[in-house]
Amino acid sequence: MRFLVRRLVFYAVAAWVALTVNFFIPRAMPGNAVQDVMSRFPELQPSAEKALEAMLGVAHPGSMWHQYTSYLGDIFRFNFGVSLSEYPARVSTLLGETIPWTLTLVGTATVIGFLLGTGFGIVAAWRSGGWLDRALPALTFVQALPYFFLALILIEVLGLKLKVFPLGQGYAGTDIPGWNWPFISSAIYHSVLPAFTIVITSVAGWMLQMRNVMITTIGEDYVLAGQAKGLRNRRVVLTYAARNAILPQLSGFANALGFVVSGAIVMEIVFSYPGVGLLLVNAVTSNDYPLMQAIFLVISFAVLIANLLVDLVYVFVDPRARTRTA
Amino acid sequence: MSASGIGQLSGEPSIIGVQLPAPGVREKTQSRGPWGRLPTKAKVGAVLLGFFILVGLIGPLFAPYDPSYQNPAPNLSLAGPSLTHLLGTTQSGQDVFSQLLNGIRLTLELAFVVGVVATALSVIVGVAAAFLGGMWDELLSLLSNVFLVLPALPLLVVLLGYLKETTQWPTIVVLSVLGWPWGARVIRSQTLAIRNRDFVAASRETGEKGWRIILFDIVPNEVSLIAASFVNTVLYAIGASVALAFIGVADLNSWSLGTMLYWAQSQQALTLGAWWWFIPPGLAVALIGTSLVLLNFGIDEIGNPRLRDAAGAKRRGLSKWSPSDPTPVVRSGARAAVPGHLGASSSRRGNGGPVGTRPRAGSGTGR
Repeated sequence: MRFLVRRLVFYAVAAWVALTVNFFIPRAMPGNAVQDVMSRFPELQPSAEKALEAMLGVAHPGSMWHQYTSYLGDIFRFNFGVSLSEYPARVSTLLGETIPWTLTLVGTATVIGFLLGTGFGIVAAWRSGGWLDRALPALTFVQALPYFFLALILIEVLGLKLKVFPLGQGYAGTDIPGWNWPFISSAIYHSVLPAFTIVITSVAGWMLQMRNVMITTIGEDYVLAGQAKGLRNRRVVLTYAARNAILPQLSGFANALGFVVSGAIVMEIVFSYPGVGLLLVNAVTSNDYPLMQAIFLVISFAVLIANLLVDLVYVFVDPRARTRTA
Repeated sequence: MSASGIGQLSGEPSIIGVQLPAPGVREKTQSRGPWGRLPTKAKVGAVLLGFFILVGLIGPLFAPYDPSYQNPAPNLSLAGPSLTHLLGTTQSGQDVFSQLLNGIRLTLELAFVVGVVATALSVIVGVAAAFLGGMWDELLSLLSNVFLVLPALPLLVVLLGYLKETTQWPTIVVLSVLGWPWGARVIRSQTLAIRNRDFVAASRETGEKGWRIILFDIVPNEVSLIAASFVNTVLYAIGASVALAFIGVADLNSWSLGTMLYWAQSQQALTLGAWWWFIPPGLAVALIGTSLVLLNFGIDEIGNPRLRDAAGAKRRGLSKWSPSDPTPVVRSGARAAVPGHLGASSSRRGNGGPVGTRPRAGSGTGR
């Protein structure tokens, strides 16, 4: 319980830091958002400058403290303001449209990558020196390839040359989004290649970590004891060794889950996938400050929530976590 | 750097297991000198990395052309590899080979500066937190945990979007500031373990000053951990900087591996069939990354004897052995250390620390 309370305090502090960083970044940065907008829309009258300042929150009305409290108030009411690049769309609407795409695709791919990698890691450790173990350096090479590099080559070969997969986008342009089969099947079809690229570039990392922890665990006396009792191999591997070795994997998984919302910025660019990452990059390139801030905030909170969830799981899975001081 | 660093380490009375291989292994390996004692993977990694560092240092001097020079000759737009242009030309007639030589330098420069700065930060924070204890520990641990959950790539994109850079320095600063917490956390827990050991207590009893204990008793015992953390940070810096350049958040007028890929992609190199423009920079990034991961394998194996035993089992013809088989009987004189069983008693001490469970072992995808 003490562990949980400590973690909760930590998450509260971390959330506050994220909020505050987000508040200060635009105020501390050189350059002026208003000037950017003015230069992008030459037809704007000089009188629009004041209105823009107020709208962007760069006019700094009132004291810093006053701005800060009203900023926090807006956040709690999910009032992120209005997007500049997609004016007059509200930032929260844009987020609502993109987050489901990212969550579904990257979430599924992350879970698959984690499961496969962990499974491979168990096998590689149990049969150390076996073919899977020896394939590790080759897998490392695949992992060391820049993600977009691999993805672009796959698009080129599988999409352009062989025409097995679509080149990008979330669904075929002819489909109307909705809960009907043609649309859903088209969305699934469009997600296969992006998901595949995420899985093959992440498997090696999970596998390596699982293998290394697992090899250490296999040497423990309780594994030997399990074998001495004459238990089946499968049982010794899975419930004695792997179950203990998987704990460090879980905290890595928490991080990975948290980065699901953001993690695939590059993937979404390469595949022009209609997710949060692409939205963020568009916001940055078009100096859409309210949108940028909101996305960053959403991503930070996603990471915090994922970590909190895994902490809770940890408490149930690992008895030591209950007694340990954080 | 790596080879000699690790070599020196194995001479130290280390608690992270460096000096505790299975008895038979030791007599064989000690005669071979520091280099011979390195695992094969680490050797391959070190040689490969050394090659790229050499290219980064002297490569630009040998670059046949100015990487930005646009040759107006019409037959040099997207020309394939030839003797005058070893890796062909770009759409605007620039020499890809010269760009590559310059790009390797710039990318490595960025990565190593970030590696040094971030690792220094993590050593300072990690050691200080564990050594000072109490309030300091709470504060510094909280700080590194907060930095740990800050989503790095989006933050980088936002920050660098504001900063609108003209050189590499904003990227270097931001990557360093975001790159230290993992290392700090691992080094902190290792320092906590070392702090309570007898030789530190002895130093304290003899009246050594705090900074002397830190510099001469604690830090030397963490060299393999610090080295691993450095390698990981360099890896992260390369990945992040290349990804950022690809997104377009970088100084696009300079030639790094990332900006090369950015231009190749934005001008449709692959679709135009100009593989010589797109493949070399990507391959260079991958090879540098692989060399770093291999180096880390080696550091891991030195720090964690069980991993080394597993690697060695193959070499000694024990690859078919699995823990469920009856314990092999090792004849006297044979040098086999069987994973787990025979190695266990001698390596137990070596696994007390977090070395074997370092969660970041080469998992830096998508960042």
